Amino acid sequence: MPRIRRELYNKEICACSIFGAMNRDGERFTGKGVMKAIANMHVRGNGLGGGFAAYGIYPEYKDYYAFHLMFTGNSPEAKRSAKIGFDAFLCENFDVVSDDEIPHSDEVVVSDPPLIWRYYVLPRKQGEEALLSDEDYIVKMVMHVNTKIENAHVFSSGKNMGCFKGVGYPEDIGEYFMLDKLYSAYTWTVHGRFPTNTQAWWGGAHPFSLLDTTVVHNGEISSYGTNRWYLEMYGYACTLQTDTEVIAYAVDLLMRRQSIPIEIVAKILAPPIWNSIDRMDEKEKKLLTTLRMVYGSLLMNGPFAIIIGQTGKMIGLTDRIRLRPITAATRGEMFYLSSEEASIRLISPVLDSVWTPNGGEPVVGELNNMRTVL
Amino acid sequence: MKSFVFPEFQIIRDEEKCGQCRGCERQCSFGTHTYDPLTDRLISDDYKCAGCQRCVIFCPKDAIVVRPTQSFYRPNASWSREKIEDLKKQAETGGVILTGCGNDKPFRIYWDHIVLNASQVTNPSIDPLREPMELRTFLGAKPDLMDIDFKGGDVEIKTKISPHLMVETPILFSAMSYGAISYNAFRSLATAAKQSGTFFNTGEGGLPKEMRQEFGKYAIVQVASGRFGIDAEYLNCASAVEIKVGQGAKPGIGGHLPGEKVSLEVAATRMIPVGTDAISPAPHHDIYSIEDLSMLITALKEATNYEKPISVKIAAVHNFAAIGSGIVRAGADIIAIDGLRGGTGAAPKAIRDNVGIPIELAISGLDRRLKNEGIRNRCSIIAAGGIRCSADVFKAIALGADAVYIGSAALIAMGCTLCQKCYTGKCNWGICTQDPRISGRLNVDIASQRLSNLIHAWSHEISEMLGGMGINALESLRGNRDHLRGVGLHEWELEVLGIKGAGE
Amino acid sequence: MSVTPPTEDKGNGMTGSVEIDAGPLETRELNDQLRDLMLAGIQKVVIRNVCGQRYIGTRLYSPEHRKMEIEIFGTPGNDLAAFLYGHKITVHGNAQDGVGNTMDQGEIVVEGRAGDVLGFSMRGGKIFVRDNCGYRTALHMKEYEDKRPVLVIGGTSQDFMGEYMAGGIVILLDLYGKSHKGNFMGTGMHGGAIYLRGVVEKEQVGGQVEISPLDESDREILDRYVSEFVERFPDLCLSKEEILKDEFVKLSPKSKRPYSKIYAY
Repeated sequence: MPRIRRELYNKEICACSIFGAMNRDGERFTGKGVMKAIANMHVRGNGLGGGFAAYGIYPEYKDYYAFHLMFTGNSPEAKRSAKIGFDAFLCENFDVVSDDEIPHSDEVVVSDPPLIWRYYVLPRKQGEEALLSDEDYIVKMVMHVNTKIENAHVFSSGKNMGCFKGVGYPEDIGEYFMLDKLYSAYTWTVHGRFPTNTQAWWGGAHPFSLLDTTVVHNGEISSYGTNRWYLEMYGYACTLQTDTEVIAYAVDLLMRRQSIPIEIVAKILAPPIWNSIDRMDEKEKKLLTTLRMVYGSLLMNGPFAIIIGQTGKMIGLTDRIRLRPITAATRGEMFYLSSEEASIRLISPVLDSVWTPNGGEPVVGELNNMRTVL
Repeated sequence: MKSFVFPEFQIIRDEEKCGQCRGCERQCSFGTHTYDPLTDRLISDDYKCAGCQRCVIFCPKDAIVVRPTQSFYRPNASWSREKIEDLKKQAETGGVILTGCGNDKPFRIYWDHIVLNASQVTNPSIDPLREPMELRTFLGAKPDLMDIDFKGGDVEIKTKISPHLMVETPILFSAMSYGAISYNAFRSLATAAKQSGTFFNTGEGGLPKEMRQEFGKYAIVQVASGRFGIDAEYLNCASAVEIKVGQGAKPGIGGHLPGEKVSLEVAATRMIPVGTDAISPAPHHDIYSIEDLSMLITALKEATNYEKPISVKIAAVHNFAAIGSGIVRAGADIIAIDGLRGGTGAAPKAIRDNVGIPIELAISGLDRRLKNEGIRNRCSIIAAGGIRCSADVFKAIALGADAVYIGSAALIAMGCTLCQKCYTGKCNWGICTQDPRISGRLNVDIASQRLSNLIHAWSHEISEMLGGMGINALESLRGNRDHLRGVGLHEWELEVLGIKGAGE
Repeated sequence: MSVTPPTEDKGNGMTGSVEIDAGPLETRELNDQLRDLMLAGIQKVVIRNVCGQRYIGTRLYSPEHRKMEIEIFGTPGNDLAAFLYGHKITVHGNAQDGVGNTMDQGEIVVEGRAGDVLGFSMRGGKIFVRDNCGYRTALHMKEYEDKRPVLVIGGTSQDFMGEYMAGGIVILLDLYGKSHKGNFMGTGMHGGAIYLRGVVEKEQVGGQVEISPLDESDREILDRYVSEFVERFPDLCLSKEEILKDEFVKLSPKSKRPYSKIYAY
């Protein structure tokens, strides 16, 4: 057996603020409100990262996968050459319908922005790849780009949705990408970051996304090493060395590849304590015991509060002993999730209901027209 | 032939304190102390002393000191006293030097070079005195994907899950056969396993019929190369079946229970004639290659109606990873891997001290190899071989094991002092003997309480360490090598263990 | 900031009520203003448009033990009245996490719900919350001689209530009929008392906690503090007698040294 390289990764730690807003009728709104809300939680971050996920922003291109790319490098030439390298790869493996540079405002001061580009594509499968589903193909290609093509990084790869993120306070990032002017979405999720590892880079900000699943996360996953190994067995490359990445991949594995609904996924990521399980009725007890037995390596230990975005859904979840806060609220068709209630009140002073969900219990908002009829 | 060998131990008796109660004479089964009525004194024969400290502890006046004879050869780093004397013994007898217990040579102990993480600021540590800390572990094969049916609000799991062992704490009692140890010691292990929510392993000596009803479901029964005591009831009354391919103390060779230790009851349990030597052959004579193992595993599953997990116990040798991978693919639910420091009742010293590799290096290698092949889910790993304290258990799990087996540690809890004379059958503590006069000294209630205390104390310490690193469920520690660092290790050792150096 | 003319001139021109618009203010600025007002002798402040500003009431320690009454409109941020030293704060709305953190004396009234770690390490004073509260309520609450903190909650609490409690009184009234669903109540409790209107299961409380019915002295305590609760929320039109008619249970520690047996010597 050849000498094995040790896994010398440096895990980043995320303490921060999260916010989400969804209109369950599917009516779209600009990023202005959520930018205000996240700015209100300014003290929870330290300016080293911020980001947004938005759903429903590309209605004209809704049938195509919208890739958002970051080209990094020490100089503008390095960034452009990274793009050229990526473009070559892209044209071989995808049909590109359209592409453009994601517009940004030069008046906003941010540190060393990469070249950020957007492509609308469809998969072009060759040979054996034809056996893969479109989505598995996209995942494979995205993992390839992010591990093999230097200085090119796919940070958003879903249909009719996109991520916008970088190094800076989230409200500044929002202004940089002009989210209050250029885009309207029916779901926005936002994150403001307080990393304790000083090497911040644009790709390290939240949200993390794969296909149309995005995750913003507050907390630290102490089971990261265990979760990471399990996911790597299924083909996910944990290249970003942040614990949020494993949440996004775990959600993709469980919800997309194994078609498990979020209520069950929550019980895998944040299961109840054994002495509660032992007191349940036989059927429930058997289900939960089996889930813990089989998926024990995906238990997310350590404090976390996450907002998962998917097409038509916004989900809030905290760890099993609620070490991180999350407040949920509704007002008419609007559904909000936030690290602090005050931020919700800022954009919606009157609320129909406000509550803090229990640890390990997901709060799910769905588009009314997507809800399955039972 | 006159022996040139000096006694190993020296007995020093404080004549003023000694009250001539003759307690030492009664306690020592080696016949070391005798009472001389003429002089009204106890006389001790240093040559017979095994250094087990029984007389020292039981002397009511603390009048006895037993210590290793001071080295009286010229100091020689290469020719140690042990090497010189073993050589002389062989010259005198032409025989193989026999010994008991585990490897006592100064190989590097990796447990003592690994340090643990704790959470501060970025992640709260959890207090096990207040908040729930879960050590429950499931040992067995897990499916990769589950087929779950969702009908409305109803959830039904369609995938059939293989049988599992559920333990409340990741510490199990290692295989020690009835025959190698006394009935009382064996029963104490079974009782403690029942009390503490864990399992004991019968070793290759079978499970006495009268114990099957009460203790069967806390037992992992072994099918070893000698196939002692195996009948269908034996297999079916247990919770798991373990195929013993090897053990850490004597990889590659079989077991040997001298005829003196094959008493009536041992013979009945093993189903062999009284007084015969019970020899376990080196290999299973129906396993000469991996596909044969696969066949045996399936045969056992058939014999137990697919209701019990099947474990395979191997010694940690050079290509343990490939063997381990083969075992998983052959259908085993659990792999038990026993390292260099594993104990035994009897083994040639040359094999015990030289064959095998340290378990710390093996756990990590096996875990990673199975993960790289994408098959880690299909089995659980139990590590064994010189686990001495709760920190060792903790590190074993962080390196990749699901649980550990303790053998020597369990014996020490019952009274053993590692004098390495198990093969004589004269264990003064009543543990490794079949002599009813001596084994009667081990009280099952007390010994099983001591074992349960040990498990309880270690579990609590593990909870503290887990909580300290912000984890409240053991499944989040398994294979999480990020929480370990090495101190004073070479680069290649850090690579094999898969951990970073402290400070990195 | 507008100043209404003093309603009562005590001859030193120092009383009066003041309004602050917290809309444009950061935490630091708001608390700066509050402190200035306290030092200037103002005894009543109304703060409007509060939205997430933290530590309101914390910076108001004075060696002369001045007392202020503060009314908050909006949603105060985390650690409201942390280390409070004798003032009275009323929140016309919901509060967030950390209300009354290590509070020493004074009173807090919340016309709504409170978040996590309410009354954490509270050492004195009183807190009244109209609705529910979050996790880890009254954690490590303490008392010493006659200095005894009191926390009365109109609804219920989530998990880990009263952990490590070393003194003080917590009363949960469950006025809205949701029943007490929290787990791990009182783990590590070694002093103080928790009164719950309704029932709890044995499995919901820590191993060191005893569930018992009320005795005379308990009823006196409840009578006093439930009255005070009813007074503070007149809009609810509650009747103390109606509330006290129902069944209550008391949670108290079995021993002062719950962890005396875990070490080997």
